[in-house]
Amino acid sequence: MDDWLVAIIKVVGIWVWVLLIAVVMTWVERRGAGLIQDRPGPNRAGPWGLFQPLADGIKLFTKEEIIPTKAQKFLYIIGPALFSLPAFSAYAVVPFGDKIILGGKEIILQVSDVNIGFLYILAIGSMAVYGVILGGWGSTNKYSILGGLRSTAQMVSYEVALGLALLAVVFVYGTFSLRDMSLAQQGTFLGFLPNWGIFKQPLGFILFIVAAYAEANRVPFDLPEAESEIVSGYHTEYGSMRLGLYLFGEYVNLVTISGVIVALYFGSWHLPYIDLGAYLGPISWGIVSFCIFFLKVSFFLWLFVWVRWTLPRFRYDQVMGLGWRGLIPLALFNIFITALFIQLTV
Amino acid sequence: MDLKKRVEQCLGPENLVVAMAECQGDLSVEVPKSSILDVMHLLRDTPGLGFNFLSDVFGVDNLDFNKSKKKPKEKTEEGEGVEEITTKESLPPRFEVVYLLLCLERNERLQVKVRVAEDDMEVDSLYSIWKAADWPEREAFDMYGIRFKGHPNLKRLLMWDDFPAYPLRKDYPLEGQGEERHLIYDD
Amino acid sequence: MNQNLTPQTGHGTGDYVTVNIGPSHPAMHGTLRVIALTDGESLIKAEPEIGYLHRGVEKLGENLSYHQFIPITDRLNYCSAIPNNVSYEMAVEKLMGLEVPEKAQLIRVIMMELARIADHQVCVGILGVDLGAFTPFFYLIIQREEIYEIFEWFNGARLTNTFGRIGGVDADLPDDFEERWNELKPNVRKANEETEKLLTHNRIWMDRTIGVSAFSAEDALNWGFTGPCLRACGVKRDLRKDEPYCMYDKFDFEVPVGKNGDVFDRYIVRMIEMEQSIKIIDQAYKLYKEMPADAPLMARVPKVIKPPAGEVYSALESPNGELGFFIKSDGSANPYRIRIRPPCYMIYQAFPELVKGELIADLVACLSSLNVIAGELDR
Repeated sequence: MDDWLVAIIKVVGIWVWVLLIAVVMTWVERRGAGLIQDRPGPNRAGPWGLFQPLADGIKLFTKEEIIPTKAQKFLYIIGPALFSLPAFSAYAVVPFGDKIILGGKEIILQVSDVNIGFLYILAIGSMAVYGVILGGWGSTNKYSILGGLRSTAQMVSYEVALGLALLAVVFVYGTFSLRDMSLAQQGTFLGFLPNWGIFKQPLGFILFIVAAYAEANRVPFDLPEAESEIVSGYHTEYGSMRLGLYLFGEYVNLVTISGVIVALYFGSWHLPYIDLGAYLGPISWGIVSFCIFFLKVSFFLWLFVWVRWTLPRFRYDQVMGLGWRGLIPLALFNIFITALFIQLTV
Repeated sequence: MDLKKRVEQCLGPENLVVAMAECQGDLSVEVPKSSILDVMHLLRDTPGLGFNFLSDVFGVDNLDFNKSKKKPKEKTEEGEGVEEITTKESLPPRFEVVYLLLCLERNERLQVKVRVAEDDMEVDSLYSIWKAADWPEREAFDMYGIRFKGHPNLKRLLMWDDFPAYPLRKDYPLEGQGEERHLIYDD
Repeated sequence: MNQNLTPQTGHGTGDYVTVNIGPSHPAMHGTLRVIALTDGESLIKAEPEIGYLHRGVEKLGENLSYHQFIPITDRLNYCSAIPNNVSYEMAVEKLMGLEVPEKAQLIRVIMMELARIADHQVCVGILGVDLGAFTPFFYLIIQREEIYEIFEWFNGARLTNTFGRIGGVDADLPDDFEERWNELKPNVRKANEETEKLLTHNRIWMDRTIGVSAFSAEDALNWGFTGPCLRACGVKRDLRKDEPYCMYDKFDFEVPVGKNGDVFDRYIVRMIEMEQSIKIIDQAYKLYKEMPADAPLMARVPKVIKPPAGEVYSALESPNGELGFFIKSDGSANPYRIRIRPPCYMIYQAFPELVKGELIADLVACLSSLNVIAGELDR
C-alpha cells in the first residue's frame, strides 16, 4: 500500500513539477527574448509579467474550438494528444534527485528505475512524430502537410544520430538504467576532472545536443514550423487549447531533453569534487540533490532559449545533409573510438 | 557631338525619325510604330549611342492633351474651323508609348516614342531585346489597352483579370464604379 | 479526402503541388503574392502576382495639383518616404527649370541619407527574420526608430514625411541637429556591428545566403535591375556617382559592389551602404554649417505651379535603386501624366528567374533580399 502511495505521489508530483517548469519556460522564453533583443518582453501581468503564462492559459482554454470543415476530424483531434502524451510520459525514467529516506524507507527520486530506461526514452520520444504528422495531415492544409513532412523527415533522421550518440554512453557505463548512470558519475576522472559524461564523451555530447535540438524542433532546426516559409507548419490550422497542447508539449519536451542531458552528461545531481551526500542528512540531501539537478536542467533550458534567439534557421536540405552526412558518420566514429578505448583499458 | 545629332545620324538615313523634341535637356525621339524593333536594335548596337538599358515603358493617353493643344489654334483661326479641327482625323493618334532608354557608359538618357492610334492598338514588344519590358508592357496593356505583339504573357498586371475597363485612360471617370457605369471597352 | 489538397511529392514524376504564398502570409512584406509550383520542397515555378496594393497613384497624380501630389509620393516606398518626395520634387523642378538653393540641397541630402539608412535597416532586419534570425531585427529597428524620431522632429511625421517643397525645403534644420546626430551615429554603427557579428560570419547564415538566387550582371541589366541588387551583381552603378544630383559630386564616398549577385552580396552591399551614408551625412552637415544662416531655402516659385508644356524624366538613387518620375505637362495646374518608375518593380519581375530551381526557403530569402515594397510596386 505504501509503495503504491509513494508511486502515485511521485507520478503526480513530477508531472505537476514538469508542467510548472514548462509554464515558467514560456515566460522565460519571452522575457529571455526581451533581454537578448533589447526590449522589455511581457511585463504587464503580475510582477515582471510572471502571470503572463496564466493569462495565456486562460485565453487558450476559453477560446472557441474550431475544426476546419475540410479537416479530417479524427486525425485533427488526436494529433495534439499524440504529441503531448509522449512528452509527458517520457520523463518517467529520468531521475530528478538521488534518494530520500522517510520513516526508514528509501525512496529513489525517480518515477521508475526501469533497467531499460534508456530505450524507453528513445521509443517514447519517437512517438511524438505521430502527433506532428497526423496533425499536419488531418488539417488538410498544404502548409500543415509540408510542416508535418519536414518534421517527420527531420525526426526520423536525427533519431538515428541520437540513438548512436547514446549508444556510446551505454558503452561507457555498461547499463541502460539512467539512475545507475547517474550514480556512476560521482568522483573524479583521470584524477582532476569530475567524473561526468561530458568528459568521457565530449564528441558524443555535442552530437547528442545537436540531435536533441533537432528532435525538439528548436531553432536552428525549427523547419516544421518555420513561420516565414510555411506560416506555422503543422499547427497552422490549430487554435484554442489544441494549439496550446502543441506549444506546451514542446516545452515539456525541452524539460525532458534537458533532464536527459544532465543525467547522462552533466553529473546528474553530483557537484564536482565534493560529495555533499556524505555531509548532509538523508532528507536534506534528497532535497539538495533535487535542487542541484534542476539548477543544471535550468541551465540547459536557458541554453535552448539563448540559441533560439541567436541563430538563423537551416534549410531543409541542409538539415538533412547535416544529419546524414555529418552527425551519423561522426556518431559511428564516436562509437568506434569509445569501443576501442574500452577494449584497450578494461 | 551632342546626342541629338548622333541620334539623327543613326536613325535619319533610314527615315526612322518622325519628330524630335528637347525639353529641359531631355531628348525625345518619335519613331514610326511599325519599326520600333529596328529602331531599338539600332539605338542599342550603334557604336557611339549604345543605349543598352531599358529603364521603363509606359503609355500616355493624349485625349485631353490634343484638345487643349488645339484650342488656342482655334482662336487664331477666328472660329471658323472649330468642328473641323476637333474631328478625329485631324488629331494626332490618341495614345503614345514612351520608352526610356539609358546608356550605361555615358549616362545619357533618351526617350523614344511611338504614336498608337485608337483603331490600331498593337505595338511590337521589346521583350525579345530587353526582358525589363515584361511588366511595364503588361501594365501599359492593363492601363491603356495597348497590346504588345510578341509579349509572352500579356495579361493584366495590377487590375484583376476580368476588369472591364482601362483605368488610366483620360475618359475613365474619377468617381463611382466607372467601369460599371458606362465604360466597357470591347476591342 | 480532398484530392486537390493531397500532397503529391513525386520526384520528377510531374506530380506537383501548387502552394499559394500570400497575399496575407508572415513572409510576404505587405501584400505580395507568389504562386509556387513545388515538387516536395523544391520549386518548379514561382509566379508573383501583384496589384493587391494598387491605389491608382498615377491617376491620382493627373487630377491633383503639383503641390498636392507630394503627400501621395510618401505612400510609394513607405519605408523611406523622403527620397520619393525629393525625386518627385526634382522632376517638377526640372520641368520648371528651377535652380534649388544649395542649402536646401544639403538638407535634402542629409534627410535622404538618413532615410537610406532606415530603409536598409528594415531590409536587413527583415531578411534576418525571414531566415529565422530574429534578434538583429530588433537591434536595427530600435535605431530606425531613432532615425524616425529625427524625421518626426523635423517634419512632424514619422513615415509619411511629405518632406520638402517644390523649389527647396520648407524649414531649416533645427539647431540641435548636430547633437542628435552625434548621439545617433554611434548607436547606428553599434547596431550594424552587432548585426554583422550575429550574421555575417555565421555558418548557418552563410549557408543560407551564399549562392542563393545568384544573378549574373548581364541578366541583371537585361531585366532592368538598379540599386543594391544590381551592385550586388558586380555592376558599379549608382546615380549619386553617375548622374550626380543634389551636390552628390562634392561628397567622398564609396560605391560597394558584390560579385555573385546572391542574397549574401545584397546583404553586404546594404550593410556597407549604411556606413557610406553616415559618411555622406557628416560631409553634408559640414558643408551645411559653412553656409550663412540666412541663406535661402527656396527658389522663387509661384503659388500656383503651372510649368510650361513638356515632358521630363528625372531619377535619383533611392535606397532600392533608380526611382524616376516622368512628368508630362500641358501647361495647366495639374500634371498631364505622371509615370513613376519604381525600382523594385523592375527587380521583382525577374523573380521567377531568380528563384528557379531553388527551395521554398530560398524563395523567402530571395524575396526579402530584394526589398520589394508593395507600396511602390503597385502604386
